[in-house]
Amino acid sequence: MALERLKLKGVEKAFGDVPVLKGIDLSVKEGEMVCLIGSSGSGKSTLLRCINLLEPIDNGQIFFNDVDISEPGLDPQPVRQKIGMVFQSFNLFPHMSALQNVMLAPRRVFKEPKEQLLENVTALFEKFGLADRMHHYPDQLSGGQQQRVAIVRALAMNPLIMLFDEVTSALDPELIEEVLDVLRQLRLQGMTMILATHEIGFAREAADTVCMLDDGKIIEKASPDKLFTDPTEARTRQFLSSVLK
Amino acid sequence: MRKAVLGAALAGVVLAASSNVYAAECAAGKTMKDGVLTIATGNPAYYPWVMDNDPSSGKGFEAAVAYAVANKMGFENDKVEWTSASFDQSIQPGVKDFDFNLQQFSITEEREKVVDFSAPYYSAPMAVLVRKSSVDNGATATVDSLKELKWGIDSNTTALAMLQQTIKPSSDPLLYDDNVNVIEAMKANQIDAGLFDLPTALYLSAVVLEDGVVLGQFPADRSDTPDQFGLLMEDGSALKECVDEAVLAITEDGTLAKIEAQWLQETTGVPLIK
Amino acid sequence: MINRSAARVAYKKKQKRKGAVVAALSSFFVLAALIILVPQTPGWEKVQASFFNGEILVSTFPSLLKAFLLDVAIFLWSLPAIALLGLLVALARDQKSPAMFPLRALAIGYTDIFRGVPVILTIFLIGFGIPGLGLPRPWNSPYIWGSVALVLTYSAYVAEVLRSGIESIHESQRNAGKSLGLSQRDTMRYIVLPQALRRVVPANMNMLVALQKDVALLSFIGPVEILRQAGVHKSLLANFTPYVGAAIIFLAVTVPATRYADYLLAKQHRERT
Repeated sequence: MALERLKLKGVEKAFGDVPVLKGIDLSVKEGEMVCLIGSSGSGKSTLLRCINLLEPIDNGQIFFNDVDISEPGLDPQPVRQKIGMVFQSFNLFPHMSALQNVMLAPRRVFKEPKEQLLENVTALFEKFGLADRMHHYPDQLSGGQQQRVAIVRALAMNPLIMLFDEVTSALDPELIEEVLDVLRQLRLQGMTMILATHEIGFAREAADTVCMLDDGKIIEKASPDKLFTDPTEARTRQFLSSVLK
Repeated sequence: MRKAVLGAALAGVVLAASSNVYAAECAAGKTMKDGVLTIATGNPAYYPWVMDNDPSSGKGFEAAVAYAVANKMGFENDKVEWTSASFDQSIQPGVKDFDFNLQQFSITEEREKVVDFSAPYYSAPMAVLVRKSSVDNGATATVDSLKELKWGIDSNTTALAMLQQTIKPSSDPLLYDDNVNVIEAMKANQIDAGLFDLPTALYLSAVVLEDGVVLGQFPADRSDTPDQFGLLMEDGSALKECVDEAVLAITEDGTLAKIEAQWLQETTGVPLIK
Repeated sequence: MINRSAARVAYKKKQKRKGAVVAALSSFFVLAALIILVPQTPGWEKVQASFFNGEILVSTFPSLLKAFLLDVAIFLWSLPAIALLGLLVALARDQKSPAMFPLRALAIGYTDIFRGVPVILTIFLIGFGIPGLGLPRPWNSPYIWGSVALVLTYSAYVAEVLRSGIESIHESQRNAGKSLGLSQRDTMRYIVLPQALRRVVPANMNMLVALQKDVALLSFIGPVEILRQAGVHKSLLANFTPYVGAAIIFLAVTVPATRYADYLLAKQHRERT
């Protein structure tokens, strides 16, 4: 029985008077890849931001390694160090080279000796085909390269789980595949991942579990085979037919 | 004998009267406003030059001098109009909006290139103003003692040149825009002493600087150019001749000395600096 | 096709040449009119003697230049203090947590007051007022407290410039820092500030030009810097030419600085579009 990395219980979140998450229950096991699908505004991004404590939740609980991380007043910093997050718009630091982007957090947080860290980070760059881009600045990199650097940046903190928020949505179609390749590699390594994605094909191919979000709720949760071929909910069918057109 | 005296006195009266008539003719048509003499002074104007900032009262040394000069020029008191003008405004070249201006203008050669001055109506000795604490610390009315003080000077006056010629202080003086700021710096203990003409120093010590002491005065002839005040007029003013005449007349007949005694009597009792 | 594009290039060149000729001609005529007409005004001779007297300019210039060194010194020692205080105030204003409210309120009050009060009033109040409380020499020096007044005033302006720079950095940059587990302090120091500072360089250059000029205001409380030195000459010589000399020295410093600030601004604008 695999360890339960993450568990959400009745998570609710509203922006002002507008409820965005209306009671989310979700469990993610170690090494599991969960894909969140659903139309824009269904709450996928907000859910990921809540897990990473970028947004405080209004109700419910979030357990990370069986510890309630949603408790008010809890220091979010150590939690975030264990949860990697990659954004749709990369959010690289434009005034730093790719290498500096990746080195900053481990240097500041873990105070690792520079030589040791440089060795590890260089290995990561090489692994994801970015060895010749280490000293480039973000504006000298293609979108795909920037997103891969952003992934390396998150990985350099040795997270226990990775959150991907529409990481291919801002990319030109021909650059999407190089980022998806990185995700496949991570999957093979056994990384626990949650993806908010519009790449239905990729979700079908790689996910262990697919969750259909609609109006702030998970309306259907199943294996990709089940969900994509024989969805229970009418809303899911409607959504799938609209994106697969 | 008695007749002769009477005759001489009468002749004197007639002469005086005729000189007034002459002066009136002299100024005719040369003033800014016909039949009216427009006189400027600073605003505010201070004791003892002008009492209560109201020159039209004729009270205060300069107010009294102005009316004496005006009368001599043939203008009755009700034919005198007052206006105000700042220092900078007054020494600028160009047309003036007054017939003459008196606010303790020292007569200098350089200034005379752009404006006209009358004959002097006052020779002001310079005096040293300090706080009581300086006296307690041993400051005396000697050049050697004054050298060691920290000086502050109103940079618009000729006091700076005098300070550097006669006292030669051991540290550079600080300079200010007006008396008020010199006094403020004395209160803040940033400077020990200021150099003013005597009447100003007396006024400041009596009214403005609570623990002010006029430590000593220089004889008016101590420097090469004793500070003399003149009435300021536009360069090439047609009135200059008439004004000079009037100033000389009130100097000669003792009017000026009386005014000085009445309004600047405080100028006694301050020791000479050795 | 080729002929046509060649013609277009030639036309553009011609237009450009025409523009240059028009600009040169109109400048020439305006200048000529000024040179010919102004001296014919009735007051010109007197104005020239009072404001543009070559002899006086030459004789007073060295002492003005020497006095300007004091301006430069005051400028130089005020600068690091302004940078530090401005940064601290900007950071205090950026504090969002309720516990930090008093600090934020203090920073807001500070910037409001010191930007709202005329510089000269601040200089008088602090330059005379604080020493007047009874400080012993040399701690009551007008050089110290005049500089403090400048620092307090300009830090308020610089703080506002920095704050606008900090706020112009997109929230996603902070989120990226946070999501990596960086502390708020490190996020500010390594991610937000470096970008914000770069962005406000042109605005701060303009601030420096203004500061260089306002240093002269310290002359009101005693220090004999260039403006006062010019005033002394003016009083003794009854001539305004020394002020013109002082203006020339100021312009020699501020014009290149202003041009450079504009250049930086234009460069930044190009980079962003």
